[in-house]
Amino acid sequence: MIKHIIALHSFRGWLFSFGLLAFAIILLPILNIFVPEESILHVPDYMFPLLGKYLCYAMVALAVDLIWGYTGILSLGHGVFFSMGGYAMGMYLMRSIGKEGVYKSDLPDFMVFLDWKELPWYWYGFDHFAFALLVILVLPGLFGFIFGYFAFRSRIKGVYFAIITQAMTYALMLLFFRNNTGFGGNNGLTDFKRILGFSLHNPATKMGLFVITALVLFFSYVLARYIVKSKLGRILTAIRDVESRVMFSGYNTLHYKLFIWTFSAFLCGIAGALYVPQVGIINPSEMQPTNSIEMAIWVAVGGRGTLSGALFGAGLVNVAKSWFTVAAPDYWLYFLGALFIFVTLFFPKGILGIFKRFSIVSKVKESTQ
Amino acid sequence: MNSAEVSTKESSIDTRHGCILYLENLTVSFDGFKALDDLNLYIDDGELRCIIGPNGAGKTTMMDVITGKTRPDEGTVFFGQTLDLTQMTEYEIAHAGIGRKFQKPTVFQNHTIYENLELALHIEKDIWTSLLKRLNADQKETIEEALETIGLVEQRNTRAGLLSHGQKQWLEIGMLLVQDPRLLLIDEPVAGMTHQETEQTAELLSSLAGKHSIVVVEHEMDFIRSIAKRVTVLHEGHVLAEGLMEDVQNNPKVVEVYLGS
Repeated sequence: MIKHIIALHSFRGWLFSFGLLAFAIILLPILNIFVPEESILHVPDYMFPLLGKYLCYAMVALAVDLIWGYTGILSLGHGVFFSMGGYAMGMYLMRSIGKEGVYKSDLPDFMVFLDWKELPWYWYGFDHFAFALLVILVLPGLFGFIFGYFAFRSRIKGVYFAIITQAMTYALMLLFFRNNTGFGGNNGLTDFKRILGFSLHNPATKMGLFVITALVLFFSYVLARYIVKSKLGRILTAIRDVESRVMFSGYNTLHYKLFIWTFSAFLCGIAGALYVPQVGIINPSEMQPTNSIEMAIWVAVGGRGTLSGALFGAGLVNVAKSWFTVAAPDYWLYFLGALFIFVTLFFPKGILGIFKRFSIVSKVKESTQ
Repeated sequence: MNSAEVSTKESSIDTRHGCILYLENLTVSFDGFKALDDLNLYIDDGELRCIIGPNGAGKTTMMDVITGKTRPDEGTVFFGQTLDLTQMTEYEIAHAGIGRKFQKPTVFQNHTIYENLELALHIEKDIWTSLLKRLNADQKETIEEALETIGLVEQRNTRAGLLSHGQKQWLEIGMLLVQDPRLLLIDEPVAGMTHQETEQTAELLSSLAGKHSIVVVEHEMDFIRSIAKRVTVLHEGHVLAEGLMEDVQNNPKVVEVYLGS
């Protein structure tokens, strides 16, 4: 087993992966704590939630790449799974505010505002972190499984599947926008105070959340890598290329598609749960159709079917987004659209594909010389 | 599914009456056009049967019905005495022991030759096996033998998309071999092959008969003459003539609709 895990990467690949991990969980905290604030090497406190957010997006990109890049099923609804994990975490964070809300009530503020007298039944249990964790780990995957079962069993594919996932995320967004649904309406859940007793305003908590996110992302990456390097991964790409041949070779492709779809939803849910305490809010706008489309763009920009490309694409697009929304907020969507068209037309294999092409060209040159 | 179950499923194909495939009163229509019209066809266990017929005679539709891709409007399809193929899905039919080679060579273009054979190999095909198990020595040996049979040993790590047309056809036949089916359905195996490749394919298929039952659909007459003992002529969705190649060739009805034209 361990032998197989080591074989997932070349020595250089592992060195690079562990190097990045060490950079995130060791070097950045050191640069924050031990380097004086005047130094340019100092990493300010506000960087950790920001970087943590990017890492959550990277995890989403990983999930989207597994289902789209490897299996060829384009989902434009992954925002739903992300939000499910996010809301479950948000509900726990709301409950752990206790009586410190604006209305000093045992109920979350928005419920007091709506004049609700008691907690709706589906909020039961969220006082306990363990329960919330269970929901985070089970609900997005379970929802994905049920949705996927009906869609894949009916052999819905390609554009039709993508449209249905868009409709799904749009419908759920509308549902969550309603005040009566009981998740805070369009304001969502916010004003969190603490997680597991640690104050969310404390820089150390933020750093801790960032380190946990980095570790979870690392293990998700290794797990995803294990899947795509196994025979199952080769079956997934075979389904993407010629599904009928896979069926005529004796594989029940429904099971394979369901498996990777459910796993993808599961990863996305975890990403959402890690995102919420770092960003401090979850609201229905996470389920906007455009959000889910953006997730697909991260993967397309980075390079489909490579995993590392997805991580890279998510980072790149979001750093660009952070910059644009400050410098030229009106132009962000134009830029995103242009980037997507440009990459699709000229670099169908994404930015990682460009690097690969260069390395192949240089290798060919070497061998011809 | 464990290997014991796989083998019981196979041995449950009941060929005591000498037949492995029974097509009876098959009718399939698409928007009123009868692609198959009351077709009756029996394939013996271990037989190599050639099916010929002009375009639109229903050859490919027949393959689609046998492999579960198309459901018949009427009629029955039995694999052995007991397995009703019209009630089974594509992958169940494949698992029960029917392999299919498509008209257009259909291999996994982005996978290497070796991986193509690995995916087709006759082993348990559930998710957990695929995720956790590695090939054992016997299974690797089976793949090596297949590589040798189809003459692609040196290209084992080449992407299948880079192969020539003829090599792809061979790879697909190799994939059927490692799938180890009782019945092979082969749609136009020599289309686009050179004369030499055609001869080699004829040899390969002839050597497989006996171990497997083979149904070949082909247009190429020389090829059929070189491999076939029994030939079935399809025309407008039903059997026009059946028998030895010489008899069929001299059958006036056949001459009229097919060979003569």
